[in-house]
Amino acid sequence: MTEAALTKPGPFVPSRYRVVDRKTETFDITTLWLEPVDQPIDAFEAGQFNMLTVFGVGEIAISISSAPGAPGAIEHTVRDVGTVSHALSQSAVGDIVGVRGPFGTDWGLASLDAVDVVVVAGGIGLAPLRGAMRYLAENKSPERTVALRVGARLPDQIVFPDEIARWGEMGIDVAVTVDVADAGWTGHVGVVTQILAELPFDGEGAVALVCGPEIMMRFSARSLIDLGVAPENIRVSLERNMQCGIAMCGHCQLGPYLLCRDGPVVPYAPLAAELITESER
Amino acid sequence: MEELSDLIAKNSLFVGLPDSTIELAVGCAQNVAFEPGARILVEGEPADTLYLLRRGRVALQVQRPSGKPLVIETIGPNSVLGWSWLVPPYRWQFDGVAIDPVGAVAIDGTCLRAKADADPVFGYALLQRISGVLLSRLQSTRVRLLDLYGHSLDD
Amino acid sequence: MPSPDGVVIDPDGVDSLITSLRAQGYRVVGPVVSNGAIVHREIQSVADLPNGWHDEQRPGSYRISHGGDHELFGWAVGPESFKQSVFPSQAVLWRARRDGGEVAIEAGADDAPREAFFGARPCEVAALDVLGGVLAGAARPDPVFTRRRDAAFVVTVECGAPAATCFCTSMGSGPAAGGNFDLALTELTGPDHRFLVRVGSERGGAVLAEIPSRPATADDAKARDAVIGRAESAISRTLDAAAAPGLLARNLEHPRWDDVATRCLACGNCTLVCPTCFCAAVEEKTDLTGTVEQTRRWDSCFDLAHSYLHGGSVRVSTRSRYRQWMTHKLSTWVDQFGNSGCIGCGRCITWCPVGIDITEELAAIAASDGAVKKDEPAAVRDR
Repeated sequence: MTEAALTKPGPFVPSRYRVVDRKTETFDITTLWLEPVDQPIDAFEAGQFNMLTVFGVGEIAISISSAPGAPGAIEHTVRDVGTVSHALSQSAVGDIVGVRGPFGTDWGLASLDAVDVVVVAGGIGLAPLRGAMRYLAENKSPERTVALRVGARLPDQIVFPDEIARWGEMGIDVAVTVDVADAGWTGHVGVVTQILAELPFDGEGAVALVCGPEIMMRFSARSLIDLGVAPENIRVSLERNMQCGIAMCGHCQLGPYLLCRDGPVVPYAPLAAELITESER
Repeated sequence: MEELSDLIAKNSLFVGLPDSTIELAVGCAQNVAFEPGARILVEGEPADTLYLLRRGRVALQVQRPSGKPLVIETIGPNSVLGWSWLVPPYRWQFDGVAIDPVGAVAIDGTCLRAKADADPVFGYALLQRISGVLLSRLQSTRVRLLDLYGHSLDD
Repeated sequence: MPSPDGVVIDPDGVDSLITSLRAQGYRVVGPVVSNGAIVHREIQSVADLPNGWHDEQRPGSYRISHGGDHELFGWAVGPESFKQSVFPSQAVLWRARRDGGEVAIEAGADDAPREAFFGARPCEVAALDVLGGVLAGAARPDPVFTRRRDAAFVVTVECGAPAATCFCTSMGSGPAAGGNFDLALTELTGPDHRFLVRVGSERGGAVLAEIPSRPATADDAKARDAVIGRAESAISRTLDAAAAPGLLARNLEHPRWDDVATRCLACGNCTLVCPTCFCAAVEEKTDLTGTVEQTRRWDSCFDLAHSYLHGGSVRVSTRSRYRQWMTHKLSTWVDQFGNSGCIGCGRCITWCPVGIDITEELAAIAASDGAVKKDEPAAVRDR
């Protein structure tokens, strides 16, 4: 006599979502709006990610770029760097994709009501931070000043430029820098650490949310520490190969972390500072 | 209107240096202002001035045959513009164009070099500070060379 | 009702036990001799067991031989563990059919019959608990593991003949029975060849009640103690499990990693035979008819693609991959799951083609804790 066969969906089975809108943000970055066909995933927090499946191609981890608690479709902003992200970037309105999640740790917005916040985003790094930025811009707190520092390669590779401008109008202290530009660009040209130097508040007691390439996060963290931000108050978003998203396939390990469970958002101190400097860890 | 000595003492290049050092620089300095669009530095022209920016930003630019000039770096307020007065051939490598209304303290390069030659202690202190800024700019430039936001070398 | 100190059965009783489990619908999996090794297969009776066989294990070497006796469990462990039963090497997670613009998804079905693990060593039971910490302890547990583990009837057999590569005593996983089992057997050899049986669960007690037995006596208990005592003394390898996490965490640049990298082939055998390794690749397969299958299969951190991130893998050198395996097993596993990943079965030592010994590697690092490889620059000579 056998035990009842296992046929109920488990944590490996995706929910079906439909692409209801799409936007080409830059030459290799696309935002997709997804609405559930099946049971929607649980409520998510800013900084978490989903595993997105393109049926017939594969499954990858993508941060959720919409604000938590916002009604309507959930958004994912994807950079075209591989087979699955390419397929996602090519998705058409009406396509069905699979969604599993939400997974991982979040930016901890609940802890930011009464502290100054500096958000540092490099390249596609603004996408995992967008949900948090929308929340911070829309939920002003008299005890909190928010500064946003964005770095990109070229002006036309800045993600969400209209939204960045709107956040500036909503009271966020915004500065954007690019690696190089032509003279039509009146913003800053240089690395993001150079525009970090001018913060509208004292670093001590402030919390930093940092996301971008690991080298950029490292240099930004050092600059933030020089400005007085406590290393344990710097939150970075780390990335490794993710396959199951539920802490049992072993691929997303980074030293003691299983990044799908203990990350992607981790404090810079005591561990991340070393982990993102060590080679072949 | 603030004294020149106060304005110089506040700039990141001179902050914390003794009054006597500041006075040496004051002897070579004058207040200047530029409208947005003004070409403060012109590529190829004799380089004879160190600018301590008080307010406004300057874009370091390079001209090209077609298309708008390329911006290499933005020099912000409370920073320093212009190094080619320090070493031969004393000619600007790039253009420096005001993006905003710029207020600066212009320090004559020849005057400064003469004072540094005459007073090695002053000269050493000045060069230490200048080296710090140059190192920081070099490191920032190197980080941009890595093209972190682009596809990596391994792609 | 068995006495609290257990009961005693004879070899026929072992046969009855197997038969009784089969009659209750269990697929009984136990040790058999096959192709020069003791492996796990479905068994029908006591005759299938490795009667009189003994193993000899050394780094990179495994041999079995017949001793001319009738001892059923006179060997340590073979290359296989019961991991395969609760964490199959391949599983279909879901299937999807694409039809026009629509997609229909169906969860993978797991209809494997419940199994009885006959002859699981105490270290193997410990391994099942370690695996459970990963697969069932997660916020979203693996339904396949949970179903199979809960259903599995575990007959553990205490160790009387540990191998030279064993170090369960260092890991708290043997040679005496422990962890979650249903029945524990201890083979007592000699003129009166018998088995002490102790109950580990209600279910175990119910099955044992069907087998003819006699209550255990003080002599039986003493005989068991002697078996365990001899086994403990016979274990020659040690590993300082408590010191390992900190030791490895502060010696990530120890020159020993370069040394082991000159020997390690990155073949992944250790991960294949280890009863706690759980890395698995999740992959999609498509056929031309539009059916998509998402599968999970065993993977190894020694595989170059294991740490792939767009642009390339993070761990490219053999040095980094061996370091990852060993530091995960003994150190970062503790950070991730609260206990060591190693249960001291020694399979990785035996089945490594070049005989790398995890206990020796750890001891070498401990012996020069803090050593760092220095790059010697060419000497500058005064002219």
